[in-house]
Amino acid sequence: MADITDQKTRSFPKIEFTDSEAGALDFPSSKSRTYNYYKPAKLRATMYEDVTVDVQPDPDRHLTQGWIYGFGDGPGGYPKEWTKAQSSNWHSFLDPNEEWEQTIYRNNSAVVRQVSLCLENARRARAYESWNHAWVVFIQRNLGAWMHAENGIALHVFTSIQRSAPTNMINNAVAVAAAHKMRFAQDLALFNLDLSEAGIDFDGAAHRDVWQNAPEWQPTRRTVEELTAVGDWGELLFATNIVFEQLVGQLFRSELVMQIAARNGDYITPTLVGTGENDYARDLAASRSLFQLLVRDEEHGAANKELFGQWLSVWVPKCLAAAQALQPIWSQPAEKPVTFATSLDAAKDKFRTLLEDLELDIPKELDQ
Amino acid sequence: MSRQSLTKAHAKISELTWEPTFATPATRFGTDYTFEKAPKKDPLKQIMRSYFPMEEEKDNRVFGAMDGAVRGNMFRQVQQRWLEWQKLFLSIIPFPEISAARAMPMAIDAVPNPEIHNGLAVQMIDEVRHSTIQMNLKKLYMNQYIDPAGFDMTEKAFANNYAGTIGRQFGEGFITGDAITAANVYLTVVAETAFTNTLFVAMPDEAAANGDYLLPTVFHSVQSDESRHISNGYSILLMALADERNRPLLERDLRYAWWNNHCVVDAAIGTFIEYGTKDRRKDRESYAEMWRRWIYDDYYRSYLLPLEKYGLTIPHDLVEEAWNRITNKGYVHEVARFFATGWPVNYWRIDTMTDTDFEWFEEKYPGWYSKYGKWWENYNRLAYPGRNKPIAFEDVGYQYPHRCWTCMVPALIREDMVVEKVDDQWRTYCSETCYWTDAVAFRSEYEGRETPNMGRLTGFREWETLHHDKDLADIVKDLGYVRDDGKTLIGQPHLDLDPKKMWTLDDVRGNRFMSPNVLLNQMSDAEREAHVAEYRANGTKVA
Repeated sequence: MADITDQKTRSFPKIEFTDSEAGALDFPSSKSRTYNYYKPAKLRATMYEDVTVDVQPDPDRHLTQGWIYGFGDGPGGYPKEWTKAQSSNWHSFLDPNEEWEQTIYRNNSAVVRQVSLCLENARRARAYESWNHAWVVFIQRNLGAWMHAENGIALHVFTSIQRSAPTNMINNAVAVAAAHKMRFAQDLALFNLDLSEAGIDFDGAAHRDVWQNAPEWQPTRRTVEELTAVGDWGELLFATNIVFEQLVGQLFRSELVMQIAARNGDYITPTLVGTGENDYARDLAASRSLFQLLVRDEEHGAANKELFGQWLSVWVPKCLAAAQALQPIWSQPAEKPVTFATSLDAAKDKFRTLLEDLELDIPKELDQ
Repeated sequence: MSRQSLTKAHAKISELTWEPTFATPATRFGTDYTFEKAPKKDPLKQIMRSYFPMEEEKDNRVFGAMDGAVRGNMFRQVQQRWLEWQKLFLSIIPFPEISAARAMPMAIDAVPNPEIHNGLAVQMIDEVRHSTIQMNLKKLYMNQYIDPAGFDMTEKAFANNYAGTIGRQFGEGFITGDAITAANVYLTVVAETAFTNTLFVAMPDEAAANGDYLLPTVFHSVQSDESRHISNGYSILLMALADERNRPLLERDLRYAWWNNHCVVDAAIGTFIEYGTKDRRKDRESYAEMWRRWIYDDYYRSYLLPLEKYGLTIPHDLVEEAWNRITNKGYVHEVARFFATGWPVNYWRIDTMTDTDFEWFEEKYPGWYSKYGKWWENYNRLAYPGRNKPIAFEDVGYQYPHRCWTCMVPALIREDMVVEKVDDQWRTYCSETCYWTDAVAFRSEYEGRETPNMGRLTGFREWETLHHDKDLADIVKDLGYVRDDGKTLIGQPHLDLDPKKMWTLDDVRGNRFMSPNVLLNQMSDAEREAHVAEYRANGTKVA
């Protein structure tokens, strides 16, 4: 038996019962148990509002000393001039997805589990062995090229934007979109790795050349690169989530891959790509809500509509050109259950509906 | 995922980047650093597929503990002395966290290394996690702790309070100015690598000793993300070191970042730990002892010193002076006394000190009683309303201090105060280094070299200026630091919640509050010189 008599006396703090629980006493403010510095959208504040609103201060609200650091060439903090869009109250935007810490990890972990299980099952069932060669090449080239777009948008569009918008609510929603895109791009890359190791004739390195040089993908790459070069965060968010994702992203993911994979014997890719579609549906809800607020702004709505019209006139032609250039890939699979025209029409219809939601004029290019 | 497959997976993920040929990403945030010759350094590898489940698991543990704390009536044993200071700390810290998220694209803009971009984007998501999980912890405190006042107005109070502004540097410093100065040197190389040790490890340890095991639960979970961030920072630092032209800037930024972090973080965390605790065991570490372990040994000796092999001049003098200020110049004690002097404009209550506290301070900081004991006895004597004014307006041998224009902690080590006319205004600084920061470092030229991207000190930097020559009751009312009866102050110089013993607006009315900086600028040269000499002599008139 161990001898404990010569062991050093341990020192530890003494716990004291203090009766410091809520309700132990009545005194002024003893029942003041809600954050009272902002007005929640509904009667009771949500968890999302409580952990998000006013964490990024604003001289227009409670910040009395102003921003205490400035840039060499201008004010610090979050200048409203970093976008041409205007709002009489930027703080009125609340993320319809109510993203905060728990939702981010719960939702994305659920996706990770779904994707992991799907890939494990595919390996066990040797699902890739039954793919026809044309489909293998289709995935190798096109899904391989597309993952670059997702990654570029994650790092140089959404990650970038979340430094610039004037409220925490906008910036957090965009940060979550960046997380979605990163995860999705990586899932596609790791799927590519799985296929490289699946014992089929799959060239896991081909995606680089396709993205960098294949003529059908160059207008898409050009558009993504041009997006990342936009300095105005509002234009960047609008051009990416409202225009590019509708006319190029959804066209490729939803109107092509999701429609044709099963007919080509592939039940794996739609599961992965479906997660990207689900992410986009969430992220679009946030963007739609923001831009709706801006076009309905009593003071600045008209100017914003005009501005968004200008942005549409810049980005719709670029995105349509990218979409048109992708037409040849519709012919690559062995099974071609949809035509490019059908897919593009579907994408345009969704885009029109979105623009109607935003009360914006439909660009004439969509009818051509 | 095995190590081998992790490496393979990371290599595959690195294939996602490409060299743009049509257009390059906009450079929204400039830097005067250059990375043309920089070798690519790999940061910590992180894959989203493993990242999200890992964080979810960490979250589950945190939220399980939070449920357990409520079910187990943790607040029966929480020390109010401790939790009151959390009203200040938790009002500040979610902003630096979210600012760290916002800083990531600045570093991405500045550093041409796609490998690092990935790590920085993951850090961004971590920081959103930290900010919102801390806001949620504060909400739990507000709901479960006996006195929610101060928690209930937390973000407003943070934005209009003198101490909130001090803390705000710890966020704004991450997101403004030269992208590398802000997002790498200040944020990652110094704040995260050095000072999160005291913030997120030492302080939660003290929380547990005061009956609060939720602060350690949340902050240790936060701290476990920091190794990723430290790795990001170190990679960029090594890349910057590869170009000789960066060396003067790095040395400038290390001096600024080290000193500002010391001024701000040691002021706050030192006070929370030393004056917020009821644990007065003689063998429990003092803040100075914690600092020696976490900052001096773990950071300075293990992280900073090895950088000398790259030819970088480390600010040894400033590390030693920070240590000197903490151990010999009473920095933390001066800050605590200043916070307590300003109690009417606080949104937290500050406990009186007992003989047990006095004994502990004297044991840990010999000479403490002779310097601070009398003042705290006066604080105890003047704790209740009716017979006296708030201590700031009573003659207790304490002159309300000048504020440091740079770090915004007052010039509390009075003999060190620097007074200079900068940008046509008489300004006071707590130290030569803070003067240098304003007058030399944060300028568009440094050592004869153009530094157009360096930040500027802006804003109403002296909080007192905003409230100059106003009645204290009106200031408190304007700030909103009043309880829901419309008259009782949130801040109190004691912990007694008996309404009869709590100060009201009427109790503090009739005291006019003057800005030291406004008054300084109204003085003639002779008056100012005499005033400064007296101030430097610890508020004693110079013969």
